[in-house]
Amino acid sequence: MTSLFEARGVTKRFGGLTAVHRVDFALTSGIASIIGPNGAGKTTLFNIFTGLYRPDEGMVTFQGRSLIGLRPDEITALGICRTFQNIRLFRNMTAIENVLVGMHARIPLGLAPVLARTARFRRIEAGLWSEAAGLLDRVGLRRAANEVAKNLPYGDQRRLEIARALAARPTLLLLDEPTAGMTQSEAGALMALLRRLVADLRLAIILIEHNMRVVMEVSDRVTVLDHGEKIAEGPPELVQSDPRVIEAYLGRASWAGRRARALD
Amino acid sequence: MILHGVAAVGLLAVSGFAVATYPRSVLAFLLFQGAVLFAYLARIPPWLKWSLLAVALLGMMPIIGAYNGYYLEIATQVGIFVALALGLNIVVGLAGLLDLGYVAFYAVGAYAWAIYGSPHANLIFGGGFPLPAWTFYLFLVVGLAVGAVTGILLGLPVLRLRGDYLAIVTLGFGEVIRVLANNLDKPINLTNGPKGITPISRPPAPFGISYGEYFYFLVLLIVLVVILVNRRLEDSHIGRAWEAIREDELAAQAMGVPLVRMKLLAFACGASFAGIMGVVFSAKQVFINPESFTFLESIGVLAMVILGGMGSIPGAVLGATVVTVLNLQVLKGFSLWLNELKSAGVTILGFNLADLPTQFEPAKYERMIFGVILILMMIFRPQGILPARRRQRELAEPAPAAVQPQVEPTIP
Repeated sequence: MTSLFEARGVTKRFGGLTAVHRVDFALTSGIASIIGPNGAGKTTLFNIFTGLYRPDEGMVTFQGRSLIGLRPDEITALGICRTFQNIRLFRNMTAIENVLVGMHARIPLGLAPVLARTARFRRIEAGLWSEAAGLLDRVGLRRAANEVAKNLPYGDQRRLEIARALAARPTLLLLDEPTAGMTQSEAGALMALLRRLVADLRLAIILIEHNMRVVMEVSDRVTVLDHGEKIAEGPPELVQSDPRVIEAYLGRASWAGRRARALD
Repeated sequence: MILHGVAAVGLLAVSGFAVATYPRSVLAFLLFQGAVLFAYLARIPPWLKWSLLAVALLGMMPIIGAYNGYYLEIATQVGIFVALALGLNIVVGLAGLLDLGYVAFYAVGAYAWAIYGSPHANLIFGGGFPLPAWTFYLFLVVGLAVGAVTGILLGLPVLRLRGDYLAIVTLGFGEVIRVLANNLDKPINLTNGPKGITPISRPPAPFGISYGEYFYFLVLLIVLVVILVNRRLEDSHIGRAWEAIREDELAAQAMGVPLVRMKLLAFACGASFAGIMGVVFSAKQVFINPESFTFLESIGVLAMVILGGMGSIPGAVLGATVVTVLNLQVLKGFSLWLNELKSAGVTILGFNLADLPTQFEPAKYERMIFGVILILMMIFRPQGILPARRRQRELAEPAPAAVQPQVEPTIP
């Protein structure tokens, strides 16, 4: 069976530093997590997947189609959308406007219908607004629709980013540390939401996460990166007991204790 | 509400009367402008607001112009700058692309009509020019197209630049256009260099109205169209994409906004308004030369956008009005007044103004006062006079199918 999304032998160098080295990754459905210590190359991998970086070697395909050389907006139009580790909302726009921007790639209208305000334009526009309201509803932000994004609480901003990414109607959603800065119960609620998305929309999700409780609970499969290389891959419970993974985390003296607890 | 309505009507009537009684008084005309602004801002029903504005702009203003033609000239200038400010507002205010050479597009439009609408083109193509005056209307469209194309030509090489770098390149572009206009009198005389082009033909004014009135109404009409276009753009996925680019270019692209296309569209839309107004300007002035398109003009239009409130349509309109009126009327009137004091030999605190050295000519204060006003504005109201307000929308209740179980309340 061919994978929905596949990366093979992906390498990215920045000057003398190899940020990602010959990483293979494939996903067909469900939730896959990418974990690893800080600086392991997780976000770099995301940036390659979404076209922000061009890999030096290797190939990336989505639904059998190569993504190398495509612009980020073209990749989004194909059905891959993402969130960012450091939230990158359109801060001075309202929540619902943020979601509406996410729909841009699939609006089939040029300049003329906008200027003439044709019936078709108004129909499509009205459809977009109600769809955006529905998406906000889905992440529990319906009441904040008219709030300016920068005024939302931190957890709401993270969920708004997910709603905005969903607005592109992706088949594959990439989430970069979606629970960062959330309380354990907020994180739990978010994971429940992700599971529903997988079930309802048949969405595949790749997750970068530091919260191990979340990772172990929600992932179908876990990939571990260290120093830009893949050191382990498999179901969460197997990865958890992999000696190389434990070494990668415990080998770092200063935060060994915290990581060990987190891995428990 | 009733109080506001009465006040708006009253102010407008009083100010109109004042201008009619003292047609030379700067203050009377300022009062009229204030009354128009009040009518716009007052909490009154929309029908009353728009009919008051229509009466003021369509009826009272031309009558005032009959008393004092200079005021109609000021109003026309205001209209021209409003259109320019609205065009630049798309590029700078919405899309966040800092353009310091905006007046170049205005120049391109102006020269398009100046060359073909004057005998000057005979030097280039042999006989047959100027084109018949009615082609002026055709050239409004040509000006739009030429402006848009120039905008795209500028946009293409600077797409990768942001912020400061973009500002520098656009500044250079503005200067290039001006220097070209200044020097393209050899080897082929396209622009007649610093001597400028004259006489530029005007279309015959319809219904026997004067040229002052004709250009006033023409500019007013174009401004209304520009405002309409601006609103429709802003209120669509195109406007949202522009704002997204302004807020976070990288995130916008990651959400599927094609950066190249949307940025070029912003440059083209903004430039096209300037192109049209350039055509009107050259016909109105009959004479143009490169002096009308200096860097200072670009900065002036930018100041209008920033003063009014970036990304805000009413802000751009008000900013353009305030800056133009300040420059053409208030500060001019102020220096005239100082000059009178000086020539009358008035003494202040034992100092005779007649002894004032020439370095302190009142006319020289104009720029300084304008600069001080800008600085004070930026300190005390950096968001502008009428900042862009986020539109609040009433959202229809979601269709039942869209109602999903909510995320559990997150507060433990």
